[in-house]
Amino acid sequence: MQNILAFEKAGQIIEKYEYNQAKLIPILQEIQDEYRYLPEELMVYVATMLGTTSSHVYGVASFYSHFTLKLKGKYVVKICDGTACHVKKSMHLLDAVRKHLKLTEGQNTTPDLLFTVETVACLGTCGRAPAMTVNGEVFGLLTDETAVAVIKDIQEKEQANHE
Amino acid sequence: MSEAVNLKARAKAYKENTKDIKKRIIVCAGTGCIAGGALKVIDKFEEVIKARGLSVAMTINKHEDGYQVSGSGCQGFCQMGPVVTIHPDKIMYCKVTPADVEEILEESVLKDNIIDRLVYTQKTTGKSYPKKEEMPFFKNQTHLVLKKVGDIDPTDINEYIALGGYAQAEKAAKMRPEEICSLMMDSGLKGRGGAGFPTGRKWDFARMSKGDKKYIICNGDEGDPGAFMDSAVMEGNPHSIIEGMMIAAMAIGADEGYVYVRAEYPLAVKRIRAAVKAAQEAGILGDSMFGSDKAFDITVMEGAGAFVCGEETALIASVEGKRGMPSPKPPFPSDRGLFGKPTVINNVETLSTIPVIFEMGTDEYKKIGTAAAAGTKNFSLTGHVANTGLIEVPFGETLRTIVYNIAGGVTEENGELSPDGFKAVQIGGPSGGCLTQEHLDMPLDYEHLKAIGAMVGSGGMVVMNQKTCIVEIARYFMEFTQNESCGKCVVCREGTKQMLDILTDITQGRATMEQLDLLEELAGVVQKASLCGLGKSAPNPVLSTLKYFRDEYVEHIEGKRCPTGQCAALRSYSIDASKCIGCGACARKCPADAISGEKKKPHVIDAGKCIKCGACKEACKFGAVLR
Repeated sequence: MQNILAFEKAGQIIEKYEYNQAKLIPILQEIQDEYRYLPEELMVYVATMLGTTSSHVYGVASFYSHFTLKLKGKYVVKICDGTACHVKKSMHLLDAVRKHLKLTEGQNTTPDLLFTVETVACLGTCGRAPAMTVNGEVFGLLTDETAVAVIKDIQEKEQANHE
Repeated sequence: MSEAVNLKARAKAYKENTKDIKKRIIVCAGTGCIAGGALKVIDKFEEVIKARGLSVAMTINKHEDGYQVSGSGCQGFCQMGPVVTIHPDKIMYCKVTPADVEEILEESVLKDNIIDRLVYTQKTTGKSYPKKEEMPFFKNQTHLVLKKVGDIDPTDINEYIALGGYAQAEKAAKMRPEEICSLMMDSGLKGRGGAGFPTGRKWDFARMSKGDKKYIICNGDEGDPGAFMDSAVMEGNPHSIIEGMMIAAMAIGADEGYVYVRAEYPLAVKRIRAAVKAAQEAGILGDSMFGSDKAFDITVMEGAGAFVCGEETALIASVEGKRGMPSPKPPFPSDRGLFGKPTVINNVETLSTIPVIFEMGTDEYKKIGTAAAAGTKNFSLTGHVANTGLIEVPFGETLRTIVYNIAGGVTEENGELSPDGFKAVQIGGPSGGCLTQEHLDMPLDYEHLKAIGAMVGSGGMVVMNQKTCIVEIARYFMEFTQNESCGKCVVCREGTKQMLDILTDITQGRATMEQLDLLEELAGVVQKASLCGLGKSAPNPVLSTLKYFRDEYVEHIEGKRCPTGQCAALRSYSIDASKCIGCGACARKCPADAISGEKKKPHVIDAGKCIKCGACKEACKFGAVLR
């Protein structure tokens, strides 16, 4: 039952774009907004509905870094590694945040699916480097401590909601 | 068909509605200042003015006679954000927090006093500048494109119209396409996205191309790390881009346009979408442009995170719903572009400049800049300088003026001024090159930069101090382009990978001098044989840093030493026996158990075990650990 519901949303999105193959990218973007990632079954579904091959859909989905084929955490932390942030030691922020969340090598999402930590090429907040975003909210002029403090705040809020 | 919009009536109504406003408080609501909490400052202003029973307008829909509070696009002074400007006197306050709002209202809005602690003070001279136009940061700039960006409310189409907006598109609607093209050719405007191709010629090619359908695309896929000029224009003055696209559409006979915005710029996407909707509702976009028989409409598309899509043929593939891979030129997009139809792709800044040129006239416009490069260029100024931010200067300006007069000088890591700290400026991002001390007085324009192996590029300008390792910067850019190489052509895909490996070897002390020769040889191949601009320009940072800082490369390779101490793998730690008191703090912190020694006797570091993390140096209170 849940599966049928899941496909229904995707169906509405494809219908909105009039089954137009040229609109594949906005379609995938909206589907990802809805489902938080692009599950394989949905990509096959999109291909069928648009009358194209699933390899084409997969090719597009895997080409662009914005698309994710794996489920991400509730909070996506993006640490900017643009030039301005890089020369202001943004990689130290990354280390500090990863260490705080106890992420091991090759692991980007916490096991409780609360946080995903990534880097991004440039957020355009260069004037306030180093910067990071949490679900789109931008934090600038960070230090290792203030970056971790942002994460701690969210953790406390989540903890409070839980109780 | 919708009724033609009456611009004059709208402008008059706006002026009528705002003529009795006593003071206007403009809070910068660009991405940078929002990150600093600007939205909370706006809310607080609304709250405190209302609390006093005064009338406050957040949007202008009717006649207002109280105070107006509005957000603007980037005012440029990002380092000092959130910034607040109070009109009509243009008093600018820096680093404003909600806690300051009550006082600002009391002193500077209701009265005409200046609050000294919020005023910008130049570090070198200690002088304070309460007025925006007197500040060295702004005084040394020439604002054409950015003129309205920091002032107007980007969400209010009527304010744009009241300041003469869309009047140039209305004028162009009465001109013949060839007239528009020749006016653009005469202006000398060159594309601001990187390659610098004359805009008028590009339009003229597309105008002459035969096709039942033509397209205009605005390239807002600003991907260079360290560049945010286009995002500032999209956020701060989106209607100027729409007006530029309308004029371009009339010039080539297009009836459909796309704005392709980078997905990492959510605010720009939101503002440009809202602006397109407002222009459609006003009847400016749609079936008829200003009552003519020319239709034009715009679709906004969000990118999906691929740097290569800044390249025009890759961008077209992306709009068509394909992987964003470039294709060989010719055919050029002006012959066969989007969906196989003649297409003009212009960059955001280029399009935003077009209404300015129409308003000024080409003769006036050409007086700004140099003979070969007319007009102004936006740069995003970042890195080790006192005032980072967004600037606009005429072509031909020198680096010295930009770094020392506008940006207020080079700084140390901790933000303190460093008078002899200047090392280099990386211009044009991963496609550009570096400029050094000897280029400080060279005029900045397309020709001069090209001659020394750099380029204007999109306009990212990162200032680096003496403590920045130039090899590491070259490696950083190569890592970026390697990551973003789309993989279609072999030289770019494999060449950048090999170059990155060699650069990594150098920064880790594993490289040999033969590898340095190989690096240069590879750079030449990638530059010549790559399919698109991404690959062709990828070796630029390596080649230009090699040209000016070869010694540093050699020092890494032969001396196994990083002159700036930035490359972790090349550091070596030791303990100064005369300073060490044997407290053991360092040994307890060492994650590799590399430090040993008896209590109260000098300790030693075992270089074989040391992982060069620096924990011991941080732990030592006596400065005994040497790097």
